[in-house]
Amino acid sequence: MTHGELWTIKELFVYPNEYIYWSVQIVMYPFMTGLVAGAFVLSSLYHVFGITQLKEMARFALVFSFALLFAAPMPIVLHLQHPLRGINVFMTPHFTSAIAAFGIVFSTYGAIVASELWFLYRKHFVGIALPLKEKQDKTLFEWFKYLVFCALTLGVYDISEESLHRDEKAIKILAGIGIPVACFLHGYAGFIFGSVKANALWMTPLMPVIFIMSAIVSGIALCMLTYIVTMEIRKFLASRRKAADSRYHQSPGEAASAELGVIRITAKYLLFFLIFAISLELLDFVFRGYTAVKSWDVLRSVIYGKDFINIFLLQYTIGNLIPFILFLIPGLTLRRAVVGVILVMFGVFMMRWNVVIGGQAFSLSFAGYMHYHIPVWPHDWETFKEGVMGALAIFIMPFVLFWFISRIFPVFSHEEAHSEKL
Amino acid sequence: MINRRDFLKNTAIGIAGITLPLAAFEIIRPEKILANMSGTSKTRWVFLVDTYKCVGCGLCVKACKNENEIPYDANVTRTWVERYVITKDGKLHADTPKGARDGFTTSRIELGQGKYEEIRDEDIIKAFFVPKLCNQCENPPCVQVCPVGATYQVPDGVVLVDRKWCIGCGYCIMGCPYGVRFFHPKYHTAEKCNFCYHRITKGLKTACVSACPFGARQIGNLKDPGDPVTKVIMTERVGILKEEYGTKPQVFYLGLDREVK
Repeated sequence: MTHGELWTIKELFVYPNEYIYWSVQIVMYPFMTGLVAGAFVLSSLYHVFGITQLKEMARFALVFSFALLFAAPMPIVLHLQHPLRGINVFMTPHFTSAIAAFGIVFSTYGAIVASELWFLYRKHFVGIALPLKEKQDKTLFEWFKYLVFCALTLGVYDISEESLHRDEKAIKILAGIGIPVACFLHGYAGFIFGSVKANALWMTPLMPVIFIMSAIVSGIALCMLTYIVTMEIRKFLASRRKAADSRYHQSPGEAASAELGVIRITAKYLLFFLIFAISLELLDFVFRGYTAVKSWDVLRSVIYGKDFINIFLLQYTIGNLIPFILFLIPGLTLRRAVVGVILVMFGVFMMRWNVVIGGQAFSLSFAGYMHYHIPVWPHDWETFKEGVMGALAIFIMPFVLFWFISRIFPVFSHEEAHSEKL
Repeated sequence: MINRRDFLKNTAIGIAGITLPLAAFEIIRPEKILANMSGTSKTRWVFLVDTYKCVGCGLCVKACKNENEIPYDANVTRTWVERYVITKDGKLHADTPKGARDGFTTSRIELGQGKYEEIRDEDIIKAFFVPKLCNQCENPPCVQVCPVGATYQVPDGVVLVDRKWCIGCGYCIMGCPYGVRFFHPKYHTAEKCNFCYHRITKGLKTACVSACPFGARQIGNLKDPGDPVTKVIMTERVGILKEEYGTKPQVFYLGLDREVK
């Protein structure tokens, strides 16, 4: 069967070769890179602009951004018909294509995040590697740990006040460079769509900016969610540990109020970017309706007809309006914040969906439609990767990675203090 | 310990060292050498479709599928024929069942999902067929968007796909305003009409041109003033598809209607 035929239903006059070629993985791609970029921008708010209330969140967001970084290119790899040839993009990049520079932009960004993390955690690495170096009879695990952390120090063991101060300076510079690169990375994803002149829904110069704004929104939302969840787990563990060990220095009550403070501040930034994102999207809508060029008839029938529920109910009402109200009501609670950020992330996901799938919902003939029926239960590799399960696998991936990475980069500063105390 | 002066010096040398080979890449661009060797091409392949002559028999589609090894029953095709029926109420009805591989065997219009629309003969005010194929654009968006250069334009104007290098991202499929591209069901790489390049470069006609019993399809060389196709294009009123995309398509139509999508 032809690629795309399985999940495409055609209606009225559609050219014979038209199918929904870009399916759920291409929805996941901008969604995931958006989360990466958003998480990074959030962490930079502290490092560059010195918003100290975000200190706790900044460290967390940077590590999470690193975990997401590995998951972000996966949807593209899964989507390729020849995934093993993906390396060709590096071998013969054809720079008139918006995709060609992806590897370069992505690696640059990855290098920035990795170096920033290194400067941030250098002291931590040295702190672990040095005592292990001196220890005489190391167990096998300690040997392993020693080797890993020794390698991570990159041979630099200088943790004097002066050198740590230089680290901070480096972090600030890297975070400063990182913001435009993160925005570029994601604006670039927007450009991939916005520059397709054949697609009437995609082609708008606003696309990169809309993508950046919604990326930051979704990145902040995911960081808030993961932060709350990890804090809750830690509180739960702490209350259990407290029963056994009275030396534990932070009470769950203290942790809770600190957590709420961080969440409330972050929520303000979320709202700020959300307003930007929605304004730009609405501007795009109004402009299309007002100028009403040739494609408007078919676009209108998709936006106000075929995709009405997806766009106006799922994306704008459930994904934007309701969380907007939830965050605006004074006295934000954790529970409300959780509901809010989940809805915001859902809204951004639906926005990606409505762009990617919505852009293929109508024929190039402007006289027919295509409906996407996403495969739910996979019965072969193709229906797995192009279906619900493939998308879920991609979504879960960064959380699993985050768990592993946070073994090396502890995200909560008082954990460090705690271990030092002991 | 390296001092600042040495560091800057070494960095400058390093960058200069990297830049030189990069510049060399620029100097030995293969297409430039090729262009210098062969001079400007004496050929510009173009296509002429006379829609007045097309009866929608679909022999061209059949011939194309066989010639170019596109699985016969796969619902993709390098060329296809569209039927346009305009009724007295001004409504347009269009379809292309299976790309018209088997021609148009019924007067009912296909609506998709197994549904058909019955149209009474007396309601029809105008009806015609339009064959479609790759436009071998002068400014091909598919070539522009290919991230690995697996699709390229040869000097005589035809756009080809390298099946050994295509990564199957589908960006070219998205970039084509004419919907001529698809994934080959067997090779899983981008696929499209290439004017039967293996035939025309040997002096043969394309499979569809040879198969058309009515002469609705013709291929020619625009750079040859004596070519009958060139004569028609230069002297008669011909149309092209979707001019607004700026792709400069090189398939010319006689008798194009404003309703043609």
